[in-house]
Amino acid sequence: MNGESLIVFFITSLVLVGGAIVFSNYIAPKSFNKQKIEPYECGIPTTGISWLQFNVGYYLFAILFLIFDVETVFLFPWAVVMKQVGLVGMIEILIFFVILVFGLAYAWKKHALVWE
Amino acid sequence: MPFDIYDFSSFTGWIDASLRAAMSPFWTIFTEFVLLGVAFLAFYAVVGLLLVYAERRVCAFMQCRVGPNRVGPWGLFQTVADLIKLLFKELIHIKKADKILFNLAPFIVIIASFFALAAIPFAKGLHAVDLNIGLFYVMAVSSVGVVGILLAGWSSNSKYSLIGAMRSGAQIISYELSVGLSLLVIVVLAGTLQLSEIVELQRDGWFLFKGHLPAVIAFIIFLIASTAEINRGPFDLAEAESELTAGFHTEYSGIKFAFFFLAEYMNMFIVASIAATVFLGGWMPLHIGSWDGFNHIMDYIPPFVWYAGKTAVIIYIIMLFKWTFPRLRIDQLLTLEWKYLLPINLFNILLMAFLVLMGWHF
Repeated sequence: MNGESLIVFFITSLVLVGGAIVFSNYIAPKSFNKQKIEPYECGIPTTGISWLQFNVGYYLFAILFLIFDVETVFLFPWAVVMKQVGLVGMIEILIFFVILVFGLAYAWKKHALVWE
Repeated sequence: MPFDIYDFSSFTGWIDASLRAAMSPFWTIFTEFVLLGVAFLAFYAVVGLLLVYAERRVCAFMQCRVGPNRVGPWGLFQTVADLIKLLFKELIHIKKADKILFNLAPFIVIIASFFALAAIPFAKGLHAVDLNIGLFYVMAVSSVGVVGILLAGWSSNSKYSLIGAMRSGAQIISYELSVGLSLLVIVVLAGTLQLSEIVELQRDGWFLFKGHLPAVIAFIIFLIASTAEINRGPFDLAEAESELTAGFHTEYSGIKFAFFFLAEYMNMFIVASIAATVFLGGWMPLHIGSWDGFNHIMDYIPPFVWYAGKTAVIIYIIMLFKWTFPRLRIDQLLTLEWKYLLPINLFNILLMAFLVLMGWHF
């Protein structure tokens, strides 16, 4: 019983959330009020649409994350077999690191890491 | 019934064998799956409620208050009462909210935390799945939760929710790097990703002590980064009450809000478990080199007590963080990650690799 039992966890969590929501829907009181279904904005009526533009900085960090996360994924296989591949693997990964650190330094230099 | 608190594999094996003797293979698997599901559901609920209670008591302790002490002995049933109250609250659907995504978001955060819980070894022979890429798997599935958070914020049709979700997303993905890289330091030392094997390798000493300085640095970075990854104070600016009301779950009410709350606490439990497993030896008792007498006495304490104790200590530390430090600003938060933790982490991995290659570890 191994990987396949993950399906149990999927179903269990679905049952937990779904069951509780259905049960709550059944027992909870319901009343309609025009004000109640307004999105919360400190009590005053909302103005304009809520799906507005947000800071482009979030995208920048998302892209940086993508680069470094892929890097982490590349590093995991090396970390597992590090003792076997020894010095050769170490030198290769050093080259990989230098390229990445260069990338980070470039982003740093370009003020991509500064929140504005 | 061979029940041994030091090794659960005989107990689970006994359940399997007796079920196989009683019914056909299909129904055996089916019954085992149902048992597994029920056990984890109960475990999830109990741990979640206990953690909420513990948080309130720790908070009260830090602020010289008493905390919940009316419902049940020492107020233990306070969170149960709160849960029942939340069940009876109306589920409000906000005007113009994206209904499908709005309802889907709680499912995703709960599924992510459930999946991560599956791979954690609680005691010898007591784990649901023991994948050979266990550590990687936990990292992967626990980061699915951020999708739920982004969906929740975006679909709510509220400005506070959107800003909260965006901040939350930027924070979680940034700090996920540090979590991954600090765990990588230990993977370099251990040479395996299988969690049971990682625990087994710590028989003669925990990795925190075996790995010299890099392991200690990695442990500290892991604590900081995981606190940020689970959106807890001092990194809880995604739900900074004073400016964003409640962040991404502002518009959720009743039991749906409770699920976000529960998932947050379960994520805290999961990162504490991972820290305990990877750095502090999981269910392995404290063993010091060749002190045979000492090691023998430590072996008498059951493994799950060790596991629970280590996890509880780390959870307590994470709770103290929240009630000790003031909240960071978002620029400070991202600076801390990208300009300090990430370069230190990259250097730390190379240092550890160097130490392992030279054989300078215990």
